[in-house]
Amino acid sequence: MAVTKAEIVDMLFDTMGLNKREAKGIVESFFDSIRETLARGEEVKLSGFGNFTLREKNPRPGRNPKTGVEITITARRVVTFHPSQKLKAYVNGRSEQQS
Amino acid sequence: MTKSELIKLMSAQYPHVSIRDIELATRHMLDYLSDALRENERIEIRGFGSFSLHIRPEKQGRNPKTGEPVWVPEKRVPHFKPGKELREQVDYARADVQG
Repeated sequence: MAVTKAEIVDMLFDTMGLNKREAKGIVESFFDSIRETLARGEEVKLSGFGNFTLREKNPRPGRNPKTGVEITITARRVVTFHPSQKLKAYVNGRSEQQS
Repeated sequence: MTKSELIKLMSAQYPHVSIRDIELATRHMLDYLSDALRENERIEIRGFGSFSLHIRPEKQGRNPKTGEPVWVPEKRVPHFKPGKELREQVDYARADVQG
């Protein structure tokens, strides 16, 4: 079972006592604000969690894996996420100091 | 954009919730997402993207200097895959600037 917005809303309701409508608004505003900022071409840095950065990709040759037909993959801008040292250590069961 | 700037942006959308509560909610959300990843739970936010844990199994490696065999422990890395909407918005923004 994956964590979705609904679980995050419930967590805010349980831990902060925000009403469901407020909690839902805040969760949506959080993800929407990050998305809109990236769409404006600005990177988002969340200390302790990670950075969402933007990369410009040059056009490159590719092929349709199903048909094998060669095509050019057009130039594009993509989002990449770089987890912080703290998050990387955390998911490996260490504190940052030990890493 | 930093975390504090994100909080200000969210606060502008939610003027009836105190900025302190938005700040606290943001901290709770980032902690909750970090905990989910540590538990190897997938996070799926429609339109934004999904976070998951990539687990590289432990393996037998070698010290490149001495050639001595060493045991490389399992490594867990948080991974983000942008959702369709985020991918499109970020790329269209680029296309708008260039075209």
